[in-house]
Amino acid sequence: MFDIDLWREIFQSINKNRTRSLLSGFTVTFAILLFTILFGIANGLKNTFKEAFADDVTNAIFVRSGRTTKAHKGLQAGRRIQFKNEDFNYLIDEFDHKIEFISARIYRNVSAIYKNEHNNYNVRAVHPDHQFLERTIIHEGRFINQNDLVYKNKVIVIGRLVAKDLFIKEDPLGKYLNLNGIPYKVIGIFKDKGGDNEERLIYMPVSTAQQIYGNNDYIDQINLSYKPDLTFDQAINFGNDISKKLKNRFSVANSDQRAIRVFNMASQTQGVRKMNVVLGIIILIIGLGTLTAGIVGISNIMIFIVKERTKEIGIRKALGASPRSIVSIILAESIVITTIAGYLGLLIGIGVLEWIGPSLKDYFITDPGVRPSMIITATLTLIAAGTLAGYVPAQKASNIKPIVALRND
Amino acid sequence: MLVIKELHKSYPIGDSSLHVLKGINLSVEEGEMVAIMGSSGSGKSTLLNIIGMLDEADSGDYILDGLPIKNLTEKKAAVYRNKFLGFIFQSFNLINYKNALENVALPLYYQGMKRKERQEKAMFYLEKVGLKNWSHHLPKELSGGQNQRVAIARALAANPKLLLADEPTGAMDSNTSYEIITFIQQLNDEGKTILMVTHEEDIANMCKRIVRLRDGIIMEDKIINQVRIEQHV
Repeated sequence: MFDIDLWREIFQSINKNRTRSLLSGFTVTFAILLFTILFGIANGLKNTFKEAFADDVTNAIFVRSGRTTKAHKGLQAGRRIQFKNEDFNYLIDEFDHKIEFISARIYRNVSAIYKNEHNNYNVRAVHPDHQFLERTIIHEGRFINQNDLVYKNKVIVIGRLVAKDLFIKEDPLGKYLNLNGIPYKVIGIFKDKGGDNEERLIYMPVSTAQQIYGNNDYIDQINLSYKPDLTFDQAINFGNDISKKLKNRFSVANSDQRAIRVFNMASQTQGVRKMNVVLGIIILIIGLGTLTAGIVGISNIMIFIVKERTKEIGIRKALGASPRSIVSIILAESIVITTIAGYLGLLIGIGVLEWIGPSLKDYFITDPGVRPSMIITATLTLIAAGTLAGYVPAQKASNIKPIVALRND
Repeated sequence: MLVIKELHKSYPIGDSSLHVLKGINLSVEEGEMVAIMGSSGSGKSTLLNIIGMLDEADSGDYILDGLPIKNLTEKKAAVYRNKFLGFIFQSFNLINYKNALENVALPLYYQGMKRKERQEKAMFYLEKVGLKNWSHHLPKELSGGQNQRVAIARALAANPKLLLADEPTGAMDSNTSYEIITFIQQLNDEGKTILMVTHEEDIANMCKRIVRLRDGIIMEDKIINQVRIEQHV
């Protein structure tokens, strides 16, 4: 039931006793302010972690080759393992139902020349799926497609910084860039969140690179991602399976760590996930801690307030106030003060985060902030906190005997 | 109106206890104006508190307007106080952050009366005590006599059957005292029953009956010729 007179009473009491109300509100404002800032910073840390892994998919597996370190099946140690197109196709045939995206990689270093500008860049010759594996963002034009692969087109997709370096005040799209003496048509410009190095790259079709650099079907590395519905254990097993099958295919000893190397992001992702859980628990403890301190603070001050108002409560009782109406006055006052003061803290906290947020990037804190859903949670929490804080003082107030209250003057 | 039989009350003091009221028998009819006198420690305030349901007796009967007052819950005591009793205290006991009108309206608020009606009624009683023009002043902006009149207006607002006054003139100079007591006499003339604790002879003589207490028993209970203020001035 909404009792307008009760609210009038409460606001009059708060308004006429401003110092007292401010004092009790201050604790809560401070607690919530502290909580908001800590929460925001913790959130920022979380975001940093997220961003650190943002440029690559987290379900990726990389397969690389090297020289054998152990003799096996009559073959000597020191033999060089070289992947070819058929090994790439073998993986697709063997694990089709578990693979989400797959791409080969050939690494080359080229010197690029456009008009008067020149520079050295790393080239990655890849399949079209590579765009999704590396989370390459197409800024202009398009990425390499199946057609380029089939016709071995001399086309390239260049990084944002490559375009910036070489094409002064010119749109690179459709222009021909000279790489080691051979002109390639620029069909796209990409961005990458991985940092500057990732944006100083050039992508070309794997088939084109194979034809131009040695006319063979060699592959330096195979990148793939497993289907996201695989559980953690399945993902680990999948990585182990690839390793085992390839070692068998190349007659490499199972214990040989160099010849075939499989990096499974699943094992690293697990670490990050654990870190996030721990961070979440820390946030929760900090939050509950500060909130508890705030509740205890306001409860203390409310008890003091009840003591100060003993006489007033006595008068009210002598005039016919029921214990219940005394409880509701104190309780509602506590809730109102807590909620208003809490919101003030929340607003200041958000303001502070907005203000200092950008300058915190250097300290591994990215985009610290409080989600809107927090506001609703905060409201409910504050009302609950106010009730909790006011309960003991309100009970104390309702137990005041009017005769005792009126005597002490 | 009010009947008290064999009322006992004692307060614990450390291990022993202080027997304050040792069997009080008293009955007050409607329209009476009774002064309860006695030195400090005689039990007069305790008696008034029990009559005012602010305190409870250890044993004995107390019947107010036909209703036995015993083992009341706090809630019920609150309702009875609101309905039957009006209090006038020595120190006024006004709420200091409420203005005169709001103070007078407070018992009506606890009766559950609507705000508008409450304020009209409170204004009516303020006018009755001659403070219509002071209705929006806080207690600290009013003189002692004015404050006591606000307190009287508040005591009247709920239209109680019995007015209880605890040293109503205790904190005043004699002129103001007489002014207040004249007013209380007028209320009595209009039919209100009044019970007043005082230790001042001249104030007691302005009532119609004096009950003298000593060491927790009634020493003397006599009807007197009421002294009217006009004779003093």
